[in-house]
Amino acid sequence: MKARTVLLHVSVSVLCFVTLYPVLWVVKMALSLDAGASPSPSPLPTHVTLQHFVDVIGNTDLQGRWLFGRQLFASLFISSISTLIGVSLAVTAAYAISRFRFPGKELGLQALLLTQMFPATLMLVAIYELLQKLGLLDTWTGLVLVYSTTSLPFCIWMLKGYFDALPKELEEAALMDGASQSQVFFKVVLPLSRPMLAVTALFSFMNAWNEYILAATLLNDESRFTLPVALQRYVGEYKTEWGHFAAGALIISVPVMALFFALQKNLVGGLTAGGVKG
Amino acid sequence: MPALLTLSLFLAATPLKLWHAYRGGEEQALQELSKQFSAETGNPVELLAVPYDAFSAKLTSTIPHGAGPDVFIFAHERLRQFQRLDVVAPSQLDRAEYLEAAVDALEVDGRHFGYPLALKCLAMYRNTALLDRPVESTAELFERLKPFVVPAQNRFALAYESGDFFYHAPIYFGFGGKLFDEGTGRSTMNTPEMAASFRFIRSLQERGTMPQEVSGALVKSLFNDRKTPLVISGPWFAGEIDPTLSYAVDPLPVIAETGLPMRSFLGVEASFVSSRTAHPQEADALARFISTHFQKRVELGRQIPAVRDLPDDPFIAAFATAARTATPTPNTLEMARVWEPMKLALRAVLQGTASPNSAGAVADRRYRALNRDAPAAANPVPWLLGLGLALAVAITVLWRGRSRERYPDLKRAITYVAPGAAGTLLLVIVPLLAGISLSFFHHEGGHYRFVGLANFADILASRGYSVTEPLSFYFTLAVTVLWTAANVVLHVSIGLGMALLLKSPLLRLRGVYRMLLIVPWAVPSYITANIWKTLFHRQFGAVNGLLIWLGIEPISWFTRWATAFAANVATNTWLGFPFMMVVALGALQSIPPDLYEAAEVDGASKWAQFRHITLPLLKPALLPAVILGTVWTFNMFNVIYLVSGGEPGGATDILVSEAYRWAFQRNEQYGFAAAYSVLIFVVLIAWSRLTRRMAAAEGAT
Repeated sequence: MKARTVLLHVSVSVLCFVTLYPVLWVVKMALSLDAGASPSPSPLPTHVTLQHFVDVIGNTDLQGRWLFGRQLFASLFISSISTLIGVSLAVTAAYAISRFRFPGKELGLQALLLTQMFPATLMLVAIYELLQKLGLLDTWTGLVLVYSTTSLPFCIWMLKGYFDALPKELEEAALMDGASQSQVFFKVVLPLSRPMLAVTALFSFMNAWNEYILAATLLNDESRFTLPVALQRYVGEYKTEWGHFAAGALIISVPVMALFFALQKNLVGGLTAGGVKG
Repeated sequence: MPALLTLSLFLAATPLKLWHAYRGGEEQALQELSKQFSAETGNPVELLAVPYDAFSAKLTSTIPHGAGPDVFIFAHERLRQFQRLDVVAPSQLDRAEYLEAAVDALEVDGRHFGYPLALKCLAMYRNTALLDRPVESTAELFERLKPFVVPAQNRFALAYESGDFFYHAPIYFGFGGKLFDEGTGRSTMNTPEMAASFRFIRSLQERGTMPQEVSGALVKSLFNDRKTPLVISGPWFAGEIDPTLSYAVDPLPVIAETGLPMRSFLGVEASFVSSRTAHPQEADALARFISTHFQKRVELGRQIPAVRDLPDDPFIAAFATAARTATPTPNTLEMARVWEPMKLALRAVLQGTASPNSAGAVADRRYRALNRDAPAAANPVPWLLGLGLALAVAITVLWRGRSRERYPDLKRAITYVAPGAAGTLLLVIVPLLAGISLSFFHHEGGHYRFVGLANFADILASRGYSVTEPLSFYFTLAVTVLWTAANVVLHVSIGLGMALLLKSPLLRLRGVYRMLLIVPWAVPSYITANIWKTLFHRQFGAVNGLLIWLGIEPISWFTRWATAFAANVATNTWLGFPFMMVVALGALQSIPPDLYEAAEVDGASKWAQFRHITLPLLKPALLPAVILGTVWTFNMFNVIYLVSGGEPGGATDILVSEAYRWAFQRNEQYGFAAAYSVLIFVVLIAWSRLTRRMAAAEGAT
């Protein structure tokens, strides 16, 4: 038994190292003043400096506005609201698709999958025109609308699959006990679907958090940019400021990591296992 | 008079919008200049710094909608495109003030646009501590500089971005080559001069005079680490140099074989006035002001101004001299079509997959295939009638075939589904339909022309290429299918395997491992994909480092299809497995533990438990993830574009990266790119039908 435990830990550690190796390079680039494609396989920085992080976080504009802070807020705000809207719309739609019979259900579900099949770059022009017609250019609302709807097909699909696997008996039992339909949805179904809600929330958040082309095209004020747009500023026409770019990328990853950490109880906490007895 | 007064007050209140992609000293100089302009004229200026990547797309989408800037700064290469999309206004250039080449660069069909700001051309940086006098002829690279070449220590005589045609052009011109036929205006790359220039760079690399697979970052670190005394680069490189290193800028050397000097391309950065500005006069004044006030830009931004009377500065003088002999990069559409074939030919020569004598012919052929003639216009009326008819038939069939069953939950279903459906319809389905309809049009210079199925016919007939060649639709499709299959299998098996390992009750610190394994998913892929590319570098990559350590011959990853493909798959597997792992972890929770307990009691082996409990119960939750994962991988653009970049010779490109190239790198053939996208769409629909059939058949047995 002991040998197996050791073997398990060793193999998981090795896998973690392999997984982290490229990320260590990003860290090295962020911490070294002059790290290009340094001809050494070691991912450890030779001399450490925090200058790139200081530059990225301390980014201010001419009027003395703290750009990084504002952009961080913009990103957090847009991504959270998009996630909230996206997941709430998805969870209701997915539940209906899984549990109710209605005309056009199969067609709709297939259509959702189809939307994921068309390369997104060519839809941008049309999305821009649409937002212009709606008067939503240069607004966060426009971005929130687009982000929350573009992640919908994924969320609906994932949640529908999860609901299909959830036994109906629990809901039926609750109905028998005199609970209303909406009580069943909020008190029984939602708590049970926490793991998949966590996955879809994480996905929606990241989808909005990392998007850059549309945000860069739509927003015309640097203090309202999202972080990925600000990050792309370090990639120039003739040269890339790799140190700043890497530092920025690491900073951008922090909230996602934090979110994962916050959600991981729900992802894998086993809260539901007791309730679902097949 | 009062009217005029209010007008000027109004003007003072609305700032002029100036957009640019400058950074560092150049940005600072621009900020000071706009302050100075505001102080002198009373017109406030509002600056917006846009990421360079998104700049051109932002300009061409905002300006026609009246949402763009009044003035913007861009290089002249895009000028013709801007002019055809009608986003730039003509300018009144004073020829006497500027260098002739700069004025020429800003001319389109006899009219001038914008005011020149800075010159971008190539010269030679020399580490003066290592090398006391300039290199005048390429012969010296092989003789006088021989002591600098120490392959074992990664020391070289010269470094420049050899895989980029912008850097190769001076050599080609130095061998006496011409890029365009003066009569037809078309390009020919299959020339004896091209072959000679290819032979030259190949010998530079074979003798170890310069490194392999050179990137900008590598050039920088070799020069700063004193591992090469010479670098060919432009004015922007000055800011990259270690401040403790003393250097000089020399003219490019003479090609020994011909006695001709190497001549660089010349890029002219200019301030352009938007065609849709509300204040044309003020905007023009601002654009001109920035152009004529060059002191600050020289001082802070180290820019090479395009004026005749230059400030007294050896660095500026050196580049100004280089600029005088340089050729302005043609702002023609033909030029835009040259970059891609030349880049592929260059890389093929440097990697040894094409001989210097034949590479030019390959480039030429590709250039001709990319140089698609516009298809003939078609009459849209029969199409519209056909579409109407098809719609009518479809609706009738659906209406007739509607099931007679009753829907007891209909009302509730509608309230649950409607909000999501409405949003999806408006912001996903409508743009999608718009994208599809684009495929029936030909796009040129902002104008769309209906061409019926001509785009599809060209793609499916594989015009310009035989079916078995990269670049033909069928070859790319085969690569795409292989790519998708390999990735999905690896994602699911590794993701599921990791999830099971993490579920093991023997594992301690589970949360920590989980966090670590999720990291590839959390860090934005556009940076990690770049890191993977450097890991696969022929000379300096860690993967080859590992191979050498294991006693295996290092591999030149991007020269052969199989290895380049493997590099792409490795990167994407690394990026994609955490997602599957998280989904599997979530889904594993829905399996009640007492099932395993019961199996344990019955004496079932671990494998039997996995086979008969875990897998069947995971399937419903994993299946959507697998289907979506397949679709995403099919359209995974970042990895292909950033890691292999389609090398060798476009053979690892997948359908979506091909569509991207048609849309954004080959003169914005949106219609053609949309046709590619529609074909991707059709393939995926067929695939999902097939899997549904298979799933249904499996369910029936």
